[in-house]
Amino acid sequence: MVPAFEGRRFEKLNDIIERNGRTPSSLIPILQEVQEEYRYLPEEVLTYVATALGLPPSAVFGVATFYAQFSTEPKGRFVIKVCDGTACHVRGADTVHFAVRRAAGLEPGRKTTDDLTFTVEQVNCVGACSMAPVVTVNDRRVYGDMTQKEAAALVERLRKEAEEEPVPTEGAGDGVGTAGERAADGAGGAAG
Amino acid sequence: MAVDIKMTPPSAGEDKAWMTIDGRQVPVEGERNILEVARKAGIDIPNFCYHSELSVYGACRLCLVEVEGRGVVASCSTAPEAGMVVHTNTQRIRRLRRLTLELILADHDRECTTCVKSGACRLQELANRFGLDRVRFGERDGREPVDTSSPSLVRDPNKCILCGDCVRMCSEVQGIGAIEFAYRGSETAVVPAFDKGLGDVDCVNCGQCVQVCPTGALTVRSETERVWEAIHDPDTTVVVQMAPAVRVALGEAFGLDPGTQAAGKVVAALKSLGVDRVFDTTFAADLTAWEETHEFLRRRKEGGPLPLFTSCCPAWVRYCEQYHADLLKNLSTCRSPQQMMGSVLKRYWAPRQGLEPDRVFVVSLMPCTAKKFEAARPEFVREGCPDVDCVITTGEAAAMIREAGIDLESIPEEPFDNPLGMGSGAAVIFGTTGGVAEAVVRTVAGIVHGQDAPRVDFTPVRGHRGLKEATVDLSGGDGKGESGDRVRVAVVHGLARAGELVRAVKEGRVDYDLVEVMACPGGCVGGGGQPVGPGETRAARSRGLYRIDRRSQLHRPQDNPHIARLYREWLGEVGSHMAHEALHTRYHPHRRIEGVRATASTPAAAGAAAAGAEGDAFAAAKVPGEPLEVSVCVGTGCYLRGSHHVLRVFNRLLDERGLRDRVNLSATFCLEKCDRGVSVKVGDRLITGVGPDTAAEVFEREVSGRAAGPVETPGRRQG
Ligand code: SF4
Ligand code: SF4
Ligand code: FES
Ligand code: FES
Repeated sequence: MVPAFEGRRFEKLNDIIERNGRTPSSLIPILQEVQEEYRYLPEEVLTYVATALGLPPSAVFGVATFYAQFSTEPKGRFVIKVCDGTACHVRGADTVHFAVRRAAGLEPGRKTTDDLTFTVEQVNCVGACSMAPVVTVNDRRVYGDMTQKEAAALVERLRKEAEEEPVPTEGAGDGVGTAGERAADGAGGAAG
Repeated sequence: MAVDIKMTPPSAGEDKAWMTIDGRQVPVEGERNILEVARKAGIDIPNFCYHSELSVYGACRLCLVEVEGRGVVASCSTAPEAGMVVHTNTQRIRRLRRLTLELILADHDRECTTCVKSGACRLQELANRFGLDRVRFGERDGREPVDTSSPSLVRDPNKCILCGDCVRMCSEVQGIGAIEFAYRGSETAVVPAFDKGLGDVDCVNCGQCVQVCPTGALTVRSETERVWEAIHDPDTTVVVQMAPAVRVALGEAFGLDPGTQAAGKVVAALKSLGVDRVFDTTFAADLTAWEETHEFLRRRKEGGPLPLFTSCCPAWVRYCEQYHADLLKNLSTCRSPQQMMGSVLKRYWAPRQGLEPDRVFVVSLMPCTAKKFEAARPEFVREGCPDVDCVITTGEAAAMIREAGIDLESIPEEPFDNPLGMGSGAAVIFGTTGGVAEAVVRTVAGIVHGQDAPRVDFTPVRGHRGLKEATVDLSGGDGKGESGDRVRVAVVHGLARAGELVRAVKEGRVDYDLVEVMACPGGCVGGGGQPVGPGETRAARSRGLYRIDRRSQLHRPQDNPHIARLYREWLGEVGSHMAHEALHTRYHPHRRIEGVRATASTPAAAGAAAAGAEGDAFAAAKVPGEPLEVSVCVGTGCYLRGSHHVLRVFNRLLDERGLRDRVNLSATFCLEKCDRGVSVKVGDRLITGVGPDTAAEVFEREVSGRAAGPVETPGRRQG
């Protein structure tokens, strides 16, 4: 993965900070953009943000771990979100969640596979209740009316995709290229 | 609890505001909240998160009271109003309190018998006070590891009740913020940055968080076992040095009033534990005052750098090393009294006793947790033998005395051993805020006026106000001193205030010649290793030190005959090579957070990156040899000097010169040369003092040539 502090990447980080302003009140918008850029909030980046805003690193870490949308761990290439909103919940979201985790090979207590292929999360209503239970991949592809079987099949398809195309082209912890973003959009369209 | 405030019921026409608490009329006299008014009336409303010296947090919910017409409110965060009718002990309040305590205990490691805080724990005390006889909720599942990474403190998250007292102490009073709340919901925890150990973050070991923690979650790292071992080793001579602030506080653990001089009793107790010699750190404080005064006068003559900042407080020194590298040249090079004493003991005293230094075990008895850290600094270890082998705090010493079953109150006093058992009054007051500055002023007066120097009571720097300023006129009129010279002195305690003062100095808003800083509120009397006590206790200890000073025959270091003898027999002149080597030190910039440096530029990471999305940027891996590693420091010091601009220039030049594939450019954290301008590492070479304006020139000289030439391979693993 491209190191967080690689020269050009670091410049982007700096741009994010400059754009939002070097004041403590910019912390959350900065973290949001950083999270988009890196897909997670690496330790050195948080330390740098703290330096730039004149905050203690512990305070930045506190904010980064408080909000569910931030992650201080690298995320997998495919972030699979299993909706657990009310509609999905009553229609079996739990069993879907279980099936996804098992297919991805996640140990209990882990959210991301060691090879950084999958991150599996349970989230609140994604706003597609008519298709419940719903699963999204990298916030772009949406799959409705999921069953345990389909969930497992989806994971397998993604795995194959990862094998056939080892260079991540989207949504991964190390994906930064704009080309990747475009590919992801294309794929999302096809799947949706 | 006796109430010494006269409380008469309101009479018509009086304009004072009154409120009713549990049926009694109580005047409201500017208190911030109901809790304080109740306290004044002798009612102790239970709480965990209220500290009069910290901001109001209002999280523990233990301080609930009922206010007529308003229902249940938190007394710590409700302002008192005229006519308010408050009940602190209704059935409802009692039920809520017990419920809250039960809930806290349900998530608390309840191994009280093996907890060092047992007997002094606020949670235990309140559970007893409210007669809690069971906890209806289950035990906590799983244990968090105990954090022992700090040389001074132990953090046991299993005992944390999330009151946030330590968090506010560290950020509001100390201005550090080494610990914070993190995570959310049931995962919420108080942790150092990135959940690292306290020893790996910006903590300066002051121990103030320990002073406010109501439970055993933050405690002093005890080293009493090592002292016992040394005592029971027949081949070891155990020598204790006792700091000034200890003598006016240790007695508190045995029922004496704060400020009571207990030195003689403590000496006797230590002797009966089996300690061979007990010396007085005041001896070394005289030495410090003497050396530091000469350093000060020399700096004045040679034009700086001034102001001279005192260096006795290791928490303050660490703070400077982490936050103000450009100020290190202003720190006095004098070692602290503890370390001067260690030096004297191992290098002067031991040989004259026919003892091998490594057979002498020097124990410092200190009010301070940061002294543990200081004693372990590599500068103070000679040939594997530390000058100070072990530091125990006032609290640890009290525990040892208690363990031995000694009744401090009735034990007959014994004197310190000589010749290192005596110091002047100026040395005694080193233990309180203002004391070091006053000692220097006394010493200067002694130098300027010689034999006829009058007694100096430098009262403007006494007391526990936040910032104290004074000007002294040195004009002796006898031509010996810098005639007509004025010395502007400032004294601060608490690092947040010290930080403000440093900023003011840097920005040129204030101008001083001498600045005394002590990290702890009140100075060493309020040290992190002292018995827990409120501000009034600290003030009483300071008064105790000034009392000792007033009675002392010796007023200033010049009056201490053993100091003169030490120079005669060992050190030679002030400023001699020996004095320099044994009594002075150097400081080093230090990064704030461990483990985040240079993570980006390892060959392995670069190799992995070559296969990644930005593969072309790292095509270098295909070139024979390895690309040149270039990293620019973006730590605090370098950041403030514009290191991000330097990086930008480097990035641009890499593209312009077409060197992308020959160079791995990255940012990195503190290279610990913060005092010299932006630091850049090229291969194995460290270049300091780079600025945004010289970045291009440095790039051409240091990077272009080397990257274009044959790539060096210093035998590192290929990614
Ligand atoms: S010892 Fe001092 S600096 Fe360290 S966490 Fe406690 S209060 Fe903060
Ligand atoms: S460590 Fe102590 S002071 Fe800090 S939040 Fe926990 S219980 Fe409170
Ligand atoms: S003291 Fe009021 S909520 Fe803790
Ligand atoms: S911040 Fe310490 S060397 Fe750069």
